[in-house]
Amino acid sequence: MNSDIRTVMWKEARSLFRQRGSRIRALLTLLTPVAFFAVYSPWSAGPDWATDPLSIIAAVITPMLIVTLIIPDSIAGERERHTLPTLLASRLPDRAILFGKAVFSLLIAWGVTLLTLLLALVTVNLTHWSGKVLVYAPTVLVAGVSLSFLTAAMTSGIGVFISLRASTVQEAQQLLAAFVLGPITLLGPVVLIVSQTTDLDLIDRITRVDGELLLASALTALVIIDGLLAFLAMRRFRRSRLIES
Amino acid sequence: MLAETPTPAPTMTDPVIRIDKLTKRFGARSAVNGLSLDIPAGTIFGFLGPNGAGKTTTINLLLGLLEPSAGRAEVLGCDTRVSGDEIRAATGALLEHTGLYEQLTAEENLEFYGRAYRMPVSARRDRIEELLTHIGLWERRADRVGTWSRGMKQRLALARALLHSPSLVFLDEPTAGLDVVAAKEVREDLASLSEWEGATVFLTTHNMAEAERLCDRVAVIRAGSLIAVGEPSDLRARGSRQVEIAGRGFGEHLLSVLRARPDVEGLVANNGSLRIDVNGDADVAALVGAIVGSGAQVEEVHRGAASLEDVFFTLMKEEI
Repeated sequence: MNSDIRTVMWKEARSLFRQRGSRIRALLTLLTPVAFFAVYSPWSAGPDWATDPLSIIAAVITPMLIVTLIIPDSIAGERERHTLPTLLASRLPDRAILFGKAVFSLLIAWGVTLLTLLLALVTVNLTHWSGKVLVYAPTVLVAGVSLSFLTAAMTSGIGVFISLRASTVQEAQQLLAAFVLGPITLLGPVVLIVSQTTDLDLIDRITRVDGELLLASALTALVIIDGLLAFLAMRRFRRSRLIES
Repeated sequence: MLAETPTPAPTMTDPVIRIDKLTKRFGARSAVNGLSLDIPAGTIFGFLGPNGAGKTTTINLLLGLLEPSAGRAEVLGCDTRVSGDEIRAATGALLEHTGLYEQLTAEENLEFYGRAYRMPVSARRDRIEELLTHIGLWERRADRVGTWSRGMKQRLALARALLHSPSLVFLDEPTAGLDVVAAKEVREDLASLSEWEGATVFLTTHNMAEAERLCDRVAVIRAGSLIAVGEPSDLRARGSRQVEIAGRGFGEHLLSVLRARPDVEGLVANNGSLRIDVNGDADVAALVGAIVGSGAQVEEVHRGAASLEDVFFTLMKEEI
């Protein structure tokens, strides 16, 4: 099984960097969020970047953006380009195809996010040098590494379901982006509006929440969601269903 | 060459495919309806039928990609319901579309499927070179497949189907949509590769000339039901509706007797010869016996040759 998963990942890697014949396009697609979160954001935030939740937001959004680009192309793209029936007629097991694609997108997204966080630290140190090397606060580091992995896995799992239903790559990418990035995009304005128009003062409440407890809760929730998505994806990703759909 | 893929080895007398009352329904519609068929090893078997006849569904059932609604099928001794993985490991397939990754090179496409079939590295590389050389595409191995013509892609897809040396290959309309030259090249590759490899080929097509040229045996399917099976020459003979008889003594009495027979649809007598149009159920031997019995002398009997295409069209018009 592992060698079959590696085989699928080998093909995915070759395909990603040959997207429509352009390595530059693929690299630009991957590097756009990197440029934003590794250069612009830390430059603007200054030394607070290493201790602020802003870097954690980058660790959550970056893998979402990258998986949103990769997984629809990997799954809905096989159907759109008529390569899926031949793949299903090969000896590769259903789960090797599923996990090869999902794990590939997860690893690329996680790897790029870790690279982004590292580069962001370099940016902060270069642009706001204070005489000593600035490093991430332990909680921020743990949150960045673990949340980015689990968020990539969650986006990948949701992406599998959306891609299996979508008829084109574009449709799958748009739906996935709306599904995972939409709530995050809306969260800030909603909190702001609720705080300003009611007596709840959500911003104050959020800043008073124990960060470590919040992180532990988020990690637990993501582990459960990821496990559930993996289980459901294994049930859904079956040859007979894929051929008949 | 296959690693970790147990390939049951059929003998020449064993059918590689046994289909018994196989049925596949999608809702109320039957795509395959009680199909029964044995396909012997080492043959190129043509599965003929118009669009929507159930050819592709049959391939999907045989590959274990679809679950039958009723009946059963064995491929290489494996039940398609329970041993789909074994069947897919031991067979090759070129389906309706080439299934090639256009952004990858020809060599990478074969490399991927070589890895998928767990071929050892050196065997995989040798085999890729061997196949690409055989079909004349070795020099183009580093080209992205997306830049190739449709015919070249189809030939590469054929090579991919044979990459792991399967003992059985499914080809779903391999020349559909190709121009005359490309279709001829694919047919030539198919004939030479199947002979060279010794694989059994299950070929679906609605091109009768192709079936006649390539196939040892053919079956005709319509609306999911089998309506004829046999060697192309047998089907042609069976489909012929005209019998020419040379001789003497073809008087008016004989002609009226023949016209009264239910198996005679038309009759023309001309200078010592009779040309009789018979229906599909006609027993030509009994017909000749009746002529001789009436006192006429029969010197020569010749059944007109129908093309497989004529037979096909006749079968398509008949009621099931």
